[in-house]
Amino acid sequence: MKSKLATLMCGAALAMTGVHAQAADMADSMTIVSWGGAYQKSQINAYAEPYKAMHPEVKVIWDESSNEAVAKLRAMNEAGNITWDLVDVVAADAIRLCDEGLAMEYDPDELLAPGDDGTPASKDFGDLIVSDCFIPQIVYSTTFGYRTDMVGDTPPTDICHVFDLEKYPGKRALEKRPINNMEWALLCDGVAKEDVYDVLETEEGQAKALAKLDTIKNQVIWWSAGADTPQLLADGEVVMGSTYNGRLFSLIEEQKQPVAMLWDAQVFDLDGWIIPAGLPADRLARVKDFLKFATDTQRLADQAKYISYGPARKSSAPLVGKHADLGIEMAPHMPTDPANAKNTFLYNYTWWADYRDDLDAKFQAWLAQ
Amino acid sequence: MSKYTKPAVDLVRFVLPLMALAGAAMGFLVGTANAVSLLGTVLGAVCGVALAWVLASLVPSKRAGILAATVLFAIGGLVIAGTAGIVGGVIVGFVLSWLSYWLSTGSYRAGTPIYATSGQVLWHNTFKFICGAIFFFLIAPILTIIPLSFNAENFFTFTPAMLSFDPEGYSLKHYRDFFTNPDWQQALKNSVQIAPAATLISVSLGTLAAIGLSQPHVPFRRAIMAILISPMIVPLIISAAGMYFFYSRIGLQGTYVGVVLAHAALGIPFVIITVTATLVGFDKSLTRAAANMGADPVTTFFRVQMPLILPGVISGGLFAFITSFDEVVVVLFVGSAGQKTLPWQMFTGLREQISPTILAVATILVVISIMLLTVVELLRRRSERLRGLSPG
Repeated sequence: MKSKLATLMCGAALAMTGVHAQAADMADSMTIVSWGGAYQKSQINAYAEPYKAMHPEVKVIWDESSNEAVAKLRAMNEAGNITWDLVDVVAADAIRLCDEGLAMEYDPDELLAPGDDGTPASKDFGDLIVSDCFIPQIVYSTTFGYRTDMVGDTPPTDICHVFDLEKYPGKRALEKRPINNMEWALLCDGVAKEDVYDVLETEEGQAKALAKLDTIKNQVIWWSAGADTPQLLADGEVVMGSTYNGRLFSLIEEQKQPVAMLWDAQVFDLDGWIIPAGLPADRLARVKDFLKFATDTQRLADQAKYISYGPARKSSAPLVGKHADLGIEMAPHMPTDPANAKNTFLYNYTWWADYRDDLDAKFQAWLAQ
Repeated sequence: MSKYTKPAVDLVRFVLPLMALAGAAMGFLVGTANAVSLLGTVLGAVCGVALAWVLASLVPSKRAGILAATVLFAIGGLVIAGTAGIVGGVIVGFVLSWLSYWLSTGSYRAGTPIYATSGQVLWHNTFKFICGAIFFFLIAPILTIIPLSFNAENFFTFTPAMLSFDPEGYSLKHYRDFFTNPDWQQALKNSVQIAPAATLISVSLGTLAAIGLSQPHVPFRRAIMAILISPMIVPLIISAAGMYFFYSRIGLQGTYVGVVLAHAALGIPFVIITVTATLVGFDKSLTRAAANMGADPVTTFFRVQMPLILPGVISGGLFAFITSFDEVVVVLFVGSAGQKTLPWQMFTGLREQISPTILAVATILVVISIMLLTVVELLRRRSERLRGLSPG
């Protein structure tokens, strides 16, 4: 009897040390880097709060530094002091970080949960895993919004109306970089959609795109932060402007401003996570645990309750429901909705990876002229 | 005023043309806002001339004239542009009528000696105008944010409802957001923890350094002084990058201690400079007298020297506090998201999400700064008064 009790107690003690050891393997705090604003709020609501409810001991610190993630990760790597655990970046930045060895490569089927229908993660995310380090999260698009009270009776329906100063006089807001602007300019200069990148590869093609942009240059306000265009539209300082579709959704539906979407020739892009390379084992274990939860089918579908970005998993699409506060259906506001995606433009990451530095320099020189 | 007799002012050849010019300028501004620049300019000139003639020849009482003109223009503004026009009308009416009296009564010569030529008088008034304009350009941006922070919309925009003084257009929601949002509260808490700690270190080390460097027998005084003051001269971004790599290697990057030390280093030069300046007027024989009476150096410092140099120490400390409280570059490098201070939060907030909560915070900070500076100024006057009473 006595020995039996001793064995039991021993076993219990062993089991407890086992449990304790497992918990001690994971760090208690986690620094997540994201974009701030409504987007970060959607991540907090959909992933971080439910995760904290399950693991109350974990402290999550948010850092709104995704804009300069590449530069900061380089500096951290040089200083030998990685303070970030999980970083939200656009696909192009993920590719760069992966090439430089600053982001960790991963195996989708091992790190990520299978879809709720049992599809392995590599199939569920499919082509959206554009780099060995990139864990896709959402599909967003860069598109135009316009003031409904400043365009008369015939609102713009075509991307080329952005370049039509006679029909739609007034200022426009465009992003202060060549990406997207060059493509739109060529599309409106009569280049076929499938030839855009072939034309843009040549000197004449680039000159052609800049010449097209020249026609509206003195009517353009250049923006660099996603919040600029919504502010300019709300102020009535611009008639139309490009920005991320989620920002426009918030401007129209949440802030009730007289603005509407011009979905024509919207440019799809991806946003997702990377894990910085070289994390200590306990922090890596915590991040992996969080990621498995935060990228599962239900969580990605939940995020769409707060912001109009499409979940990256195929299995999440049917679960997208209503907006958390407004109670409106979210599906018609998604960039991937068939009505909005009648004419979309596929942004070519690999092409831009090769030409970005060159075109950035040319574009900035053109801006300064 | 009664000492010199005012020269007679030529109403038709001097006052009226100038008033036409001023009226045209005002009219141009108002007209441009309503997209009728030319009409506005002409109407403004006519109004200016008419007002000046009426006031100069019919209304001798300056106070009554200005009041009447202001009310008249305010009513005009109300008729033209509704409630929002009242403010514009009051400003235009007040400025034009005041200007008309200023010119017609000859007060524009008041600041210059009686023998000054017209050129000298013109320059004197131009100079005053330039000073006023500089003051205006410094203050106007700060004053603009205060009403904007009570905006009921989530944008940096004067809405029509705000301009017509509709209570619906105003709201305290951005202040509520500041006091309830955990991000802002965390940032406030961090700032309130970091700034006093950094100030305390800067004041103690800076005062000691200033006293030490004021002793004539310290070797390499100038070189040491230059090194201690260098954080003020070296561009902040360079100090910040240097601190980042150094602190990373010794494990201070991303810690409270690291940020406090970095801010203390930035604050020390201010303390050294202000305390050194006060020490110039400090009579060394006082410390010798104290020693003569048996006080050890520490007692001498706290009982004799410290009370006398206290104004310098306090203003140095205030500068150190404000440096730390306002600083964004160094904290972005040396701190991590856990040490996010108010300026950091404002910086990212402005970039990622243009929310008027930033304006609410800015308004609160402006009010706190004004209160702090007022308190210090009052303390300084009080200590001056007290010292004036004591002998010696």
